[in-house]
Amino acid sequence: MTRTFDRAFAAGVTALAMLVPLTLAGITVLLLIDAWPALTTFGLSYFTTTVWDPVKLVFGAAAYVYGTIVTTIVAVALATPIAVGAAIYLTEFAPRPLRAPVAFVIELLAFIPSIIYGLWGMFVLVPVMRSNIEPALQGTIGHVPLVGQLFSGTPVGLDLLSGGVVLAIMILPILMAVSREVLLAVPPTQREAMIGLGATRWEAVTRAVLPYARPGIIGGAVLGVGRAFGETMAVTMVVGNSSRDITGSLFVPGYTMASAIANQFVEADTELYFSAVVEVALVLLLVAVVVNSVARLLIRRAVADRPAGAVI
Amino acid sequence: MKKILAAAFAFTTLAAACGGASNVTPSPSTGGTATADPCGVPVKQQCATEAQALTGAGATFPAPIYTKWIDEYNKLTGVQINYQAIGSGGGIKAFTDKTADFGASDVPLTDAQIDAITGGFYTVPTVMGAVVPTYNVPNVTATLKFTPDALAGIFLGTITKWNDPKIASENPGVSLPDQNITTVHRSDGSGTTGVFTDYLSKVSADWKSKVGSATSVNWPGGVGASGNAGVAGQVKQTPGAIGYVELIYAISNKLGYGVVKNAAGKYTEASLDSVTKAADGVTLPDLGNLKGQQAKISITNSTNADAWPISTFTWILISKDMSDRGKATAIVRYLWYNTHEGQTFAKDLGYAPLPSAARKTAEELIKSVTSGGSKILTVNSSY
Repeated sequence: MTRTFDRAFAAGVTALAMLVPLTLAGITVLLLIDAWPALTTFGLSYFTTTVWDPVKLVFGAAAYVYGTIVTTIVAVALATPIAVGAAIYLTEFAPRPLRAPVAFVIELLAFIPSIIYGLWGMFVLVPVMRSNIEPALQGTIGHVPLVGQLFSGTPVGLDLLSGGVVLAIMILPILMAVSREVLLAVPPTQREAMIGLGATRWEAVTRAVLPYARPGIIGGAVLGVGRAFGETMAVTMVVGNSSRDITGSLFVPGYTMASAIANQFVEADTELYFSAVVEVALVLLLVAVVVNSVARLLIRRAVADRPAGAVI
Repeated sequence: MKKILAAAFAFTTLAAACGGASNVTPSPSTGGTATADPCGVPVKQQCATEAQALTGAGATFPAPIYTKWIDEYNKLTGVQINYQAIGSGGGIKAFTDKTADFGASDVPLTDAQIDAITGGFYTVPTVMGAVVPTYNVPNVTATLKFTPDALAGIFLGTITKWNDPKIASENPGVSLPDQNITTVHRSDGSGTTGVFTDYLSKVSADWKSKVGSATSVNWPGGVGASGNAGVAGQVKQTPGAIGYVELIYAISNKLGYGVVKNAAGKYTEASLDSVTKAADGVTLPDLGNLKGQQAKISITNSTNADAWPISTFTWILISKDMSDRGKATAIVRYLWYNTHEGQTFAKDLGYAPLPSAARKTAEELIKSVTSGGSKILTVNSSY
């Protein structure tokens, strides 16, 4: 009886475990079928051109892919230092009674629905970006050769930079929460040993604590990238939704893959148009898989390089 | 025939004037013949053979008035109609896949879409709407006038400053600033965009060849925002911005909007009356077979001197023949209600009522709907 039950139990959990990969496979196959007309019509030019014309039925998604990657890079670049800094403060410096409440407040950010970030972005962030932050950036680092290219053009507020900033705020809680957990898991003996050797707090944090925590922090960033990639509503409301040529500036209205799908799916009324929108979804899925794989490789390398006994 | 129709209209107007919403029980003053056939028209009461539930899907633009009609029709007959405002494209898809009993669209179907639908269908006009340009020019409070050329130039990106002579020459006395123009367009596919680009394609050869008209187009520039509210919000907070929104949205949100010179060369303000005027005297093509005729039901750039040039009908799609007689009866009666008594709610909700010619056309279509080859309504069944 027990052996039969065991076997049934094993079969049951195996089936449950298979459900997830099967769902992913099913989604991929469905997307492939629906995207097929666009895949065969446009081939590689779909990925290399930026013309998205539903009237003439010419579709190239390069601007969407570009917008997604740029906003995500901006978001991670802005959010990681803030998250890690806050996590270090909370684990190393903050007075004990303050630690839990502050962490709780930052984590609360994760529970705010994305539409609220979108509204805030549209009515508060965008005007400030347009009339204060963006002109200031242009007036300072805008003059630096090469980097200045990022800040060229008329600041409109609805652009890739605003999209990235909203995303940064949205991925901040998960990055912070993970970083904090990881820092907490660093054995106290590491710190004590460093301090005992006469190290300053800076040295203790940068030489003993952070190296231990690095793989975990990168893991948190990967989770952030995952959220930034798929985030739709809030970005759509501030990113400008305009797919023109790729200029290299952060001050131009852009488009992300997720917002392109959300905006156009319902009214994509011809087969080829619909198929081109579905191909965006397929590409989004593929890019997400690639980014995640690369990030996992990074973690594995970081883990391999970590000092003996470090935590993940 | 003509006489009967004329009588029908006189009657409808009278019935509408007599009460509309509150007229739940048949009033003796509106004539006795209607009560003789509970399943005829005008709709007065419950009908035993009528389906008790219908589903419809489509355009968001007419959704507020459709909801009102559905509510009123429910009070009269007890029929539950579920209308899902998922957008014109979605409505056409749902109607094609037969997942909805009727579809709704702001734009006429393309040939390919018509071919995809099995069995014939009618495209019935229900109400009218319009699109207006709304803008935010610092220190300008006057209503700005735009020639079709200037409007097309602005959205094409060939006119980039507010003090461009093409704008300034039509607005003497207004001091326009040397400010960059930011255009705001709909990022989601929308019938509003369909109408606006249809108009620009008619008045500008450049627009027609470079951009064209559709519910989503490849915009030459500017920023995209979702929905009327998104466009209006962006325009409001971006100095130097111009966008386009539905007239009802502009009216209900007290947005200022510009005037556009119509085909007769007049600056007529956008109002419910000038929208109805755009369809005045327009002869609609065969709405049972629109293939290749789509352009003929577009009423943008009307030649009527009192017309607002960016106006449109909105449409309901129904099958010519429905096997389910109960459903056919309900749809026919509901549509009759919409295009007759229901029209009295239009103005209050910000829609322009159909002009009489279009109502006649709609009536003809509704009367020719069949189930298993036999008509649902006979002329006698109503009056």
